[in-house]
Amino acid sequence: MNCHCVQEMLNIPDDKEVIALVGNPNVGKSVIFNKLTGRYVEVSNYPGTTVDVNYGFYKDYVIVDTPGVYGISSFNDEEIVTRDIVLNTQKIINVVDSVHLDRDLFLTQQLIDYQKEVIVVLNMVDEVEKNNIKIDIEKLKENLGVEVIATSASKGEGIDKLKEAIDKNLFKKGKSTPNLEKILESEGKKFSWESLAEAENVFSSSVSELQENIYALRRTYVDEIFNKTVKFDTKKLEFKNKLSQVLINPVTGIPILLATLYIMYYFMGVLVAQRLVDFTMNTVMGEYYLGFIKGIVGKFVSNLFLQKIIVGNYGILSMFPIIFFGLLFPLVVAFHLFMSILEDSGYLPRIAALVDRVFNKIGLNGRAIIPIILGFGCVTMATMTTRILGSKRERLITMFLLGLTIPCSAQLGIISGLISRLGFWYLIAYILIIAFIFGLVGRILKKVIKGESTSLFIDLPTLRVPQLSNVLKKTYYKSKGFLTEAFPIFVVATFVLGFLDATNLLHTIENFAQPVVTGFLKLPKEITEVFILSIIRRDYGAAGLVTIPTTKSQMFVALVTTTLFVPCITSFAMMTKENGLKYSVFVWVSSAVIAILVGGILAHIIL
Amino acid sequence: MTLDMISKDQEVIIKSIKSKTARVYALRFGINEGSKVKCVAKINNGPIILRKNHQEIAIGSGLAKQIEVETQK
Repeated sequence: MNCHCVQEMLNIPDDKEVIALVGNPNVGKSVIFNKLTGRYVEVSNYPGTTVDVNYGFYKDYVIVDTPGVYGISSFNDEEIVTRDIVLNTQKIINVVDSVHLDRDLFLTQQLIDYQKEVIVVLNMVDEVEKNNIKIDIEKLKENLGVEVIATSASKGEGIDKLKEAIDKNLFKKGKSTPNLEKILESEGKKFSWESLAEAENVFSSSVSELQENIYALRRTYVDEIFNKTVKFDTKKLEFKNKLSQVLINPVTGIPILLATLYIMYYFMGVLVAQRLVDFTMNTVMGEYYLGFIKGIVGKFVSNLFLQKIIVGNYGILSMFPIIFFGLLFPLVVAFHLFMSILEDSGYLPRIAALVDRVFNKIGLNGRAIIPIILGFGCVTMATMTTRILGSKRERLITMFLLGLTIPCSAQLGIISGLISRLGFWYLIAYILIIAFIFGLVGRILKKVIKGESTSLFIDLPTLRVPQLSNVLKKTYYKSKGFLTEAFPIFVVATFVLGFLDATNLLHTIENFAQPVVTGFLKLPKEITEVFILSIIRRDYGAAGLVTIPTTKSQMFVALVTTTLFVPCITSFAMMTKENGLKYSVFVWVSSAVIAILVGGILAHIIL
Repeated sequence: MTLDMISKDQEVIIKSIKSKTARVYALRFGINEGSKVKCVAKINNGPIILRKNHQEIAIGSGLAKQIEVETQK
């Protein structure tokens, strides 16, 4: 069984045996992973998916932290990655949440049925008492037939026992679900983990009757184990459950959501985009760095054309580093910091429940809020995560709306910074216009795009105070991923623009676009550069706005138009990959038309 | 009656779930036909939030209409 497949899949050293950490989402796998592996963490992007897999070392083992799943199947990318790792690993540490044991035991029993050698980590035992739950660990051990270790990983409790269990190799095959053999035999199959995997449809995203029968049998069996080992009383529920209801109830939930968005705007738009960026972009990069680099280039390069390309207005060593490091870097880190906190707190699925009703009106369910919110980080990444949505129709609608209306993290930061200078009412007007277009286009797409939409069906994880170390780690990896991906595109974009500028072609394009830009949109002709940059990257385009002098109303028109303007080159490529060229060209052209139309109408009203 | 008709704090038993996919999803979450669940929150014309033991699940109204339930006396 140990064929080094996981080592090959993840490109990790094959002289060490793999232990996979497997569990439902939000059960504390990553915390246990960190406690076991210390700081030696490597990240591997799983081929063909958006999913990153962390791995680290514990003595002679490679510990692989798999994405959280509810079962071994193929309903989404996370499940496919976990499925592949589990099927190719013999030793598994299965982390379960003590408070949600009845739910989590399904996966535990599935791993046992697949004849894996398992150690069960009963995590968050400290929350058991607070929730009036009593778990008979010895009985649980006996029923499952594997080692069960109680931990409260965030406090570091029980980790020594887990390490001892790994050192002593207490991994064991447990007791499989009774009557499983009978079901397989009735289908003419001999019992083995391979035939079980096939019968359970683990390689397909569709569901079968046989799979359902096996699931039902396993569910009944784990419910029996749960009833024998766990005593609970849900009458006296903890504060968290009440808070959860407050977040979902529209009367209280909507003001809390608005307050959260306001905090995000204040944090990104005021604290970071204005105060911090003012220091990093204007002082550090604009004064010290630019002076320094111009001095050096001036000494060694005498050709004026080359000087313009290197350190001119759009120079590869002037504009690029100033915008990339001075402006984008702080904004991207700030956004991911905020998002990681939201993700780890368990608030996102509650937002999904809260907005479900509104989203139904545009042919989506509340789950689509997750790619939409991620779109505020990076539309390209969000386009990929539309895979979590249940139907093709939902994916097409969401991708269109992402490409049209959602500004990415850096663009959002710049917009927030610019708009807060215009004043509060401009902010409100901006939100209302973009939200109106979002709703209107969504309604039209719902009517136009054929197919079916699925209903919301989402697990609401326990609310938690996010762990600082986890939040920082996530922020680090996500920002790093985003910036490494953006770097080469920025270099090329700057070079193209620098070249256009140095050869005066920029001027020609500006003149060509003049009837639309200065005539219809009533904006300064330099805004054309912003549109050109936006095609390459939206955030880069928005950054260009900072340097162009405009009136307040012109700035407002420019902000609305550039927000709605075409998706950037990378999201265009991603859309093409997911849905074909015809669809992405359609989105691109329609966004340009809608942006110019809305901007023009607005200009004629307020200018 | 169907799940979308129940009110907050009401306890019901799941009788049947029409969609095969939803049935498989529900089984993994810990809910099967015969499960006793409680409605802990309900958004008008929107999702129903169910709790079984300590597990909370939000179910959209479209799907809730396809789930037959029996009230607890």
